Amino acid sequence: MKPAIIYNVFIRDFRKQRKRITLTLLALCWGTLSIMLLLGFGEGLQQQMTIVGKGMGDGIAIMWGGQTSIPYKGMGKSRPIRFYADDIEYLRKTMPELEMVGGELSMWGVRIKYNDNIVSEHVVGVTPNYEIMRNMIPEAGGRMINEKDMQLTRRVAFLGDNLKERLFGPDDAVGAQILVNGTPFTVIGVLKHKTQNSSYYGPDENMMVIPLTTCATMYGTPRVHNIVYKPADLSRNAQVERRMFEVLGAKYRFDPDDDRALSVWDTVEGKREFTKLLIGVKIFLGIIGGLTLLIAGVGVANIMYVSIRERTREIGVKMAMGARRSYILAQFLIEALMITFIGGALGMAISYILTESFKRLPMDSMVLEQLGRPTLSMEIGIFTIAILGVMGVLSGLFPAMKAASVNPVESLRYE
Amino acid sequence: MSELISQHSMIVEMQKVVKAYTTGNVEFQALRGIDFNLKRGELVAVVGPSGSGKSTLMNIVGCLDVATSGQYFLEGQAVNKLSHNELADIRNKKIGFVFQAFNLLPYATAFENVEVPLLFAGAKGRTRRKRVTELLNRVGLGDKLNNKPTEMSGGEMQRTAIARALANDPDIILADEPTGNLDSKSGGEIVKIFQELWESGKTIVIITHDVNIAKKTERVIKLKDGLVDTNGNML
Repeated sequence: MKPAIIYNVFIRDFRKQRKRITLTLLALCWGTLSIMLLLGFGEGLQQQMTIVGKGMGDGIAIMWGGQTSIPYKGMGKSRPIRFYADDIEYLRKTMPELEMVGGELSMWGVRIKYNDNIVSEHVVGVTPNYEIMRNMIPEAGGRMINEKDMQLTRRVAFLGDNLKERLFGPDDAVGAQILVNGTPFTVIGVLKHKTQNSSYYGPDENMMVIPLTTCATMYGTPRVHNIVYKPADLSRNAQVERRMFEVLGAKYRFDPDDDRALSVWDTVEGKREFTKLLIGVKIFLGIIGGLTLLIAGVGVANIMYVSIRERTREIGVKMAMGARRSYILAQFLIEALMITFIGGALGMAISYILTESFKRLPMDSMVLEQLGRPTLSMEIGIFTIAILGVMGVLSGLFPAMKAASVNPVESLRYE
Repeated sequence: MSELISQHSMIVEMQKVVKAYTTGNVEFQALRGIDFNLKRGELVAVVGPSGSGKSTLMNIVGCLDVATSGQYFLEGQAVNKLSHNELADIRNKKIGFVFQAFNLLPYATAFENVEVPLLFAGAKGRTRRKRVTELLNRVGLGDKLNNKPTEMSGGEMQRTAIARALANDPDIILADEPTGNLDSKSGGEIVKIFQELWESGKTIVIITHDVNIAKKTERVIKLKDGLVDTNGNML
């Protein structure tokens, strides 16, 4: 049939049942809008989580000492395990499966003074590879601690961006002298702002970082509190952790099966779990949106049933003129699909406009920083179109089958 | 032409055709074993009181409905054994329907209405345009191609319907009370068109109450209670 005739039919139907069709289009539009925005919200959340999840570091594990819980080689249980600075070098040599390994020593409640500003903060002595492992990226004009600082036990400091604001305000910090517990230090860099959704000593923006060797000298200890490592192959994180127990167990003499001897926070494993959770959230949101759209589909089917009841004579005439049943079926199916298409296209256009304008909002609130913005992706578009298509066919098929089974003799009987 | 006609002189052959409807437990026989033959090129009137089975007979002849029992051969082909699609194709190509209520598509123009059977036949755009224009000219509506049914008189609507019935050049025209909704002047024009069609070789069946129309046909078949009434006055 000519598209023009289908168009005519549609316009005629529209005039006849303007209110019903408008409401159905609205329902379709709303259903499409909700499914797209909900999925977009899930997508935005996932993207944002990926960004902020990397704030603390990508693919790292943080390890600290515990207490033995299994007697081993003649030694009783409840024996504390503590790390020493030379463990870092030892692990680097004995475990080629590590891409990087570093350690840290932390001091709490350290007095940091610049001019008249005094703050009491957390100072951590670290190895230079923290720049990469823990995403300690300096702002332009500064640098992170390097090997030379370590060798020479330099009194240099790298400030978290928030700490820098509190000490210096808008002034330039790099090159300035500060007093750390009365000892002069030179500021060599400031942390480039990052969003961070996990931490173990508070957010990095509040801490001061100095070379591990300098910190050890100030503290007067050969120990490190934590060892941070990154496996070369992230998919083998569990095996690397197991090997860590074996290597350190041999050195500190504890049973490699004693899982209380060392505590490991494996962010790779956490991220894996979180990804599963996010998929669950997205499925949930998709189902809610899908149900909303389903109600709109019922509306389409309703319209089609009414339309067919009013047009049985037309169907009978067409059959008398030689229309096959499949043709009548196709005609009403196409009509249902057209209503679905118009409503769906409207909803998709509106959700696109909404998400685009959302992108132009400044992201200065804490909520947005954690949740991200609704983001539409190609997958969401294809998914929505697929759902609309299936729904359009289903809501059109049953009325259309009814139309195709019209008895022409009955419908042509003269009233 | 005469040789061709003699080859298949009977275009419609019906033997003992019964059409029964069941409502609840009650069976009603609209046709009770009717014999009905139609020669090629005949102009026949079917008369009878309402409820006598006229429309049922026409529906079966036109392949809109199938007989409950009995034999029906259309051009020698047994209609009882055909599928839905084959019946639809026969209605499309071999039969032209004209109804009392015109039954035009209300939202479509005269042109689009006449085009409908051509669309179902799968005719190409240019062929359709040529054929539709030709047919509407023939029924005297060459200047009303783009009028919708609401913009036409009853006579014009029925002429459009006749043009539509002729679209695929069918062998048989079946008209159910074609003048029933028209004044006598328009009705006369319609009858004149049917006579012209008959003269051009079409086989035509007209169901009518109108004595004047029946008189103009070659043969009058009177139905009564689902059977052909052979007794008494024809009208």
